[in-house]
Amino acid sequence: MSLNLPRKRHTQQQPWLLTFWTVLVFAFLYLPIATLIFISFNDSAILSLPFKGFTVDWYEMAFGDRPLRLSLWNSLQVAAMATVLATGFGLLAAFAIYRYQFFGRNSFRIALNLPILLPGVVTGVAMLAYFSSLGLELSLWTIILGHAVFGLPVALGPILTRLTQFPRSLEEAAYDLGAKPAQVFRGVIFPYIRSAIVSGALLAFTLSFDEVVVTIFLTGRDDTLPMEIWGRLRTDITPEIAAVATLVLGASTGIVLLSQWVVGRDEG
Amino acid sequence: MRDGSVVYLEGVSKIYPTKAGEIFAARDVTIDVQPGEFYSLLGSSGSGKTTTLRLIGGFEIPEYGSVWIGGEEVTEQPPYRRDVHTVFQSYALFPHLTVAENIAYPLRIAKAARAEVTERVEESLRMFQLEGMGDRRPSQLSGGQQQRVALARALISRPKVLLLDEPLSALDAKIREEVRQELRDLQKQTNLTFIYVTHDQEEALALSDRIAVMHNGQVQQIGTPKQIYDRPASLFVAQFIGKANFFNGTVLETTGETAAVDVNGTKIWATLTGRSPSIGNAVTLMVRPERVRLGESAKTAEADNQLSGKVASVTYVGQLIELKVETPVGSLTVTQLSSTVDLSPEQSLSWNANDCILLPD
Repeated sequence: MSLNLPRKRHTQQQPWLLTFWTVLVFAFLYLPIATLIFISFNDSAILSLPFKGFTVDWYEMAFGDRPLRLSLWNSLQVAAMATVLATGFGLLAAFAIYRYQFFGRNSFRIALNLPILLPGVVTGVAMLAYFSSLGLELSLWTIILGHAVFGLPVALGPILTRLTQFPRSLEEAAYDLGAKPAQVFRGVIFPYIRSAIVSGALLAFTLSFDEVVVTIFLTGRDDTLPMEIWGRLRTDITPEIAAVATLVLGASTGIVLLSQWVVGRDEG
Repeated sequence: MRDGSVVYLEGVSKIYPTKAGEIFAARDVTIDVQPGEFYSLLGSSGSGKTTTLRLIGGFEIPEYGSVWIGGEEVTEQPPYRRDVHTVFQSYALFPHLTVAENIAYPLRIAKAARAEVTERVEESLRMFQLEGMGDRRPSQLSGGQQQRVALARALISRPKVLLLDEPLSALDAKIREEVRQELRDLQKQTNLTFIYVTHDQEEALALSDRIAVMHNGQVQQIGTPKQIYDRPASLFVAQFIGKANFFNGTVLETTGETAAVDVNGTKIWATLTGRSPSIGNAVTLMVRPERVRLGESAKTAEADNQLSGKVASVTYVGQLIELKVETPVGSLTVTQLSSTVDLSPEQSLSWNANDCILLPD
């Protein structure tokens, strides 16, 4: 038996114009990156289209490139150290802002965020002038300090956000049940903000890993990976650079996704 | 008093600075809680009841006065040095720990042996009907179960005193009464001292051995539920607890424990609770709606106060009927059992001087 229903009314409007516009925006954002990935597999010696055939030669070349490997290792060291500093101080700062009412608390917060608000050139020049007035020789350490400065607000953000969501009653409950301050932090507060710390650290890491502007001013003898790529772009432009850039892109995307996942898992 | 009490607050004040000036969240609070007592702090929001509880728990340090627990002064001691545990209104269960880990927390902090911890947590899970839930997260439990976990956690290291901050307010009305009875039984079984904060007078009356009624940071009256209900010490307490009829009048004469008061030209006999007032003083009288007799029983009773009135409205509230009766002393609310009530429009009313309280100013 079939029911004789009247013609169904369409109640869902298809937003064609909106779909089209969205595709356009995404194309604007991601076509250049797609092109880069495309070129990295292109069997042609110039960094440009048209596509002449698929090859992984540029990747092989990149892996065999000793200066490139060295700069990658430098970048990893710099990013790791800068991340540790930024996250450590970010955590302390977040705690100070969350826990204590002190004179100049808001100014303190704004001051901490200045390094990411200021143009990189300003931060770079300022730090260069400062380090040379101290008589510090430029090295990977000066880069680490520079990256730690703008990494701090990046790490601070998610940690402070999470801390402000922390129910004070959990802390009071722990004290009430006999825990001393250090035990309260370890057993109750830290597990609550762990995901935010990881996420802040991963963000600081990716930012440091591909930073150029501040790094230009603070680089001594050893180059980081983005500096190496930048240096080569001016002399020999080959798709090897595109291959390296694609690898870095993949790693960065992976880290950002990882940080989002870590946060989502704990807060979901 | 200090020696026998398990908790003793002596003239405690807690002050919060605000832009408008200092606010006394608690003002000169003195209470003594005896061992094994179910003691309630009853008041509306802002009355200072929660502040008082936090002063006992050690979450606040008072500006004035002192706090004693088990005969020792702990006024400035942090919470982890006080032998009291709290059941928080939000339960404050640790979300990253399982139910069993939550309950075990105080023992782990105290570095108890692993075997002992396991054994006592098992015992506790059984006692609080949480068997098989030890491995769950608090978020996977119902409100009532979470509350039992909070109780289990607070009791596992056997504190001297349990502080409860409106523990039933987050529960559905249906299970609230059930849990209320469980709480009372638990307290009787364990013979622990409970200090219980609530805004719900019915809860306080049903559960407590003694109640401290609080208002504006101050203790208004301390007494058993019966004393608080039958002999309120002030107009505030009389209005706050239960329903009541109030009349204003002037004192005609006093005779020891009773006084005759002129209310709109009618002489009403009332019981004195405080100092004896002078003749001619303006006073307020109170009588509870269920203490007023109606109909035939009112006429035959040898009651001190006899009136007649006209029924203005009748409200059916299940077991009880509530009547508004117009009388020479004003409109009176009277409750009667709905099964036996006489609903004729003209009514005789009466009540004893013993049930009519002259409220001190």
